Amino acid sequence: MIRLFANANYDFIKWRRWAYGLTAAIIIPGFSLFLVRGLNYSIEFTGGTLIQVRTPTPVGTDRIRGALDAAGIHDAEIQEFGAPNEYVVRTRLGATGTRAEGTSEATAAAVDSALAHGLGAGQYSVGRTEAVGPKVGRELQGKAFLAIFFSFIVTLIYLAFRFEWRFGLAAVLATFHDILTTIAFIRYLDLEVSLVVVGAVLTMVGYSLNDTIIIFDRVRENLRKFRRQNLYEILNLSINETLPRSVLTHGTTMATTLALVLLAGEVLRPFALVMTFAIFTGTFSSIYIAAPLLMYVEKRWPGQDARGARAFRSGSAVPLESSQPPSPPAPGGSRSKAAV
Amino acid sequence: MFYTVRSRLITIGILLVLSVWALIPTNTTQRVRDAATGRMKDTTVRRVPINLGLDLQGGIHLALEVDQSKGPVPDPADAIRRAERVVRTRIDEFGVTEPVVQVVGNNRLIVELAGEKDPARAKGVIQRTAFLEFRITDMKNLFRDALPEIDKALRQAGVKPAGEGAAATSVTQLFGADTAKGKAKHPKGKPAPKDSSDANAPGPLSSLLFQGQLPGEYLVPEEQVPVAESLLARPDVRRLIPRGIELKWGNEVSSRAARSYRALYAAEDRPIITGEELQDARATRDPLTNQSVVNFTLSRRGGRIFERETGRHVQDYMAIILDGRVQGQPPIIKGQIGQHGQIELGAKPLQEAQDLALVLKAGALPAPLTIIEERTIGPSLGQDSINDGIRAGIVGVALVVLIMVVYYRWSGALAVSALTLYVLFTLAGLAAFGFTLTLPGLAGLVLSVGIAVDANVLIFERIREELQHGKLVRTAVDEGFTHAMSAIIDSNVSTALTAFILYLVGTGPVQGFAITLIIGIAASMVTAIFVVRTFYMIWLQRRPDMATLSV
Repeated sequence: MIRLFANANYDFIKWRRWAYGLTAAIIIPGFSLFLVRGLNYSIEFTGGTLIQVRTPTPVGTDRIRGALDAAGIHDAEIQEFGAPNEYVVRTRLGATGTRAEGTSEATAAAVDSALAHGLGAGQYSVGRTEAVGPKVGRELQGKAFLAIFFSFIVTLIYLAFRFEWRFGLAAVLATFHDILTTIAFIRYLDLEVSLVVVGAVLTMVGYSLNDTIIIFDRVRENLRKFRRQNLYEILNLSINETLPRSVLTHGTTMATTLALVLLAGEVLRPFALVMTFAIFTGTFSSIYIAAPLLMYVEKRWPGQDARGARAFRSGSAVPLESSQPPSPPAPGGSRSKAAV
Repeated sequence: MFYTVRSRLITIGILLVLSVWALIPTNTTQRVRDAATGRMKDTTVRRVPINLGLDLQGGIHLALEVDQSKGPVPDPADAIRRAERVVRTRIDEFGVTEPVVQVVGNNRLIVELAGEKDPARAKGVIQRTAFLEFRITDMKNLFRDALPEIDKALRQAGVKPAGEGAAATSVTQLFGADTAKGKAKHPKGKPAPKDSSDANAPGPLSSLLFQGQLPGEYLVPEEQVPVAESLLARPDVRRLIPRGIELKWGNEVSSRAARSYRALYAAEDRPIITGEELQDARATRDPLTNQSVVNFTLSRRGGRIFERETGRHVQDYMAIILDGRVQGQPPIIKGQIGQHGQIELGAKPLQEAQDLALVLKAGALPAPLTIIEERTIGPSLGQDSINDGIRAGIVGVALVVLIMVVYYRWSGALAVSALTLYVLFTLAGLAAFGFTLTLPGLAGLVLSVGIAVDANVLIFERIREELQHGKLVRTAVDEGFTHAMSAIIDSNVSTALTAFILYLVGTGPVQGFAITLIIGIAASMVTAIFVVRTFYMIWLQRRPDMATLSV
């Protein structure tokens, strides 16, 4: 029988400062870039048009650009989309959104006729067209913001209901960290942010929170079980105990998201990439952000028996002093119980 | 309640039967346009009753709002509700399966046409406000008589005649012969147009207009249309247009002598009848002349009005004005018309007559609509998406199966067989509640397979721990399920909450994702906890002395 990380006893918390450094190295440049250049929002948010065309043979983006330039459409982005003979032409409304409603639809028609002129009518087929007016775009921005905001509120309420506030605070901060890294990730890869990607971010919030909750659930259980250990040890113990589950669950989830990244086509790719990254960052933050944060919170605002205050006494993993630890079984001990 | 294996198996059996029943292909009635006759007919299609989103089956999604840019609409909310009814009638005639026409908020209309391949035509039919009026053209040439005044005013305002051809005459007799023929043909016609030489010196407006074949018809060279439009829009010009006369552009461009002209009609501002009185319209092809015609029927009240008006206007020309555009050349009123009339479209294709009939019949939109969002997905792209999604799903699920079976062996196999039930339940849930499967929904389905096994992973890990602590197999299984429960519920609730918010604020495809995720979570709770537990119970019942567990 295969056992991964069974009875592991890694001192995860010891490495927290390295983890902070690593995550800061990801977040700070990515987030600065985000502040300076913003994100590559899809036309759903900005308003504008998108036309996906397929040509029988690859014609190159230059020819498409030429066709559009000839028709006087200069502000279009042209991209290969998944295959060398698939292209996506995007035009965005200005950030000011001054153009009237209905113009994006007219633009879509103009792009189509420009392509008909430039490439020849039978030489391409339009796979999809999207035309979004500025009003819809603005509304959707508001909706996306509301979605993120409300999911935070609901999450907070749920955590408050489920855990005491110290745990909740640590979990929310860890989730916030996940959002920051994900924004940085989206920025590095210059992924297009559509509503579906916002959906992926929200799912990620749920997923990462779920991971944190499972560790915290164990922490709470262990705090009751081992009265003499300090929080540092309890956290390490809990992370180690839940490690096999983490590896397995992330393994299976990652298998599905990677399948989506590689096989589900271009439209879903940004979504799938964000989800894949979310599994990384969710796991990482549950272990290296949420757990140490819980320790700091406990130290700053000690709970009942002030066990958090004792957390920093030991610098490294201390053998468990409890009388009933889940001590590693003797080789061949309980393992022999399982059929091999 | 579920303490015995028997009651559990019965429950699973019932769920299974319900799910399969929900997924049995059913007969769906579909209205399609018969290509030969142009009539609608019902056909029956047998398919699995899962609604596919537009992004999977191809189609058109439109969001429309009342267009207030050309003047405020008093009650947009009421207008949009009435527009919904009108659009629905038109769409039903259009012949797509399960069209969606729905008012969102208080001033937005969502129209979704699955499988429709011609977005331009669909938009045309939907957006045509179809405000239909029949008006008599300017038989007394009041507008032409007012042209000198208008020209004078324009000259005073410093507007120079455009174009080089603006040399001598005002309203040029471009087709003098035609007009003469027309006069000859209709001796009872109104006073013949005055001789063009009567007109004054070249004028900024009149130099753009050429007298057409009918009284009140003028032709404007296509390239001059914007100039003429801007001149006619001037307040000083509008003041001088004779009382009771309104100018309307024609809907089509005709070309004569290698130049394209657009017709401009001067017509009475009072319609003799509007589309409100119209009850039915049908397109046919006249078998004798092979011409396309539209036969229309008016309401009884409309018939009386029409009879009276047409009686007064025999041999006058009647402009059919749809949404402010004169449709084709105004036909002549050949005699008194009552409740039943016919519009001859000449050699125009039948399709055009059908579309006209459709629009006439489906009634007028109370206010013009503007498209604020449009998405069109070709059917082949949708099919590609389904194929890609299914491929990704199969590979993803295969990997999950592999991981679970290799890692947990027999227990893993139990979880995997429960997973097939999970997929079945999820799809059945989508079908039973009438939710739509979208492309992101497909991704959600694949993703939730990965997440669904989490519950089993939590349980199995717990069982392993309990076994490690030296518990008996039966106790370890019991404890494993009990102890893992709080973590399972926690994780599922947190995911379900975010999915629910996503559903509330999302649009179509994203809602599809949220729904699949929520149904998936519910189904996974049933399969991972209840079904797997039952499997274990059977397993332990068959081998009560089992000392080891394959987990």
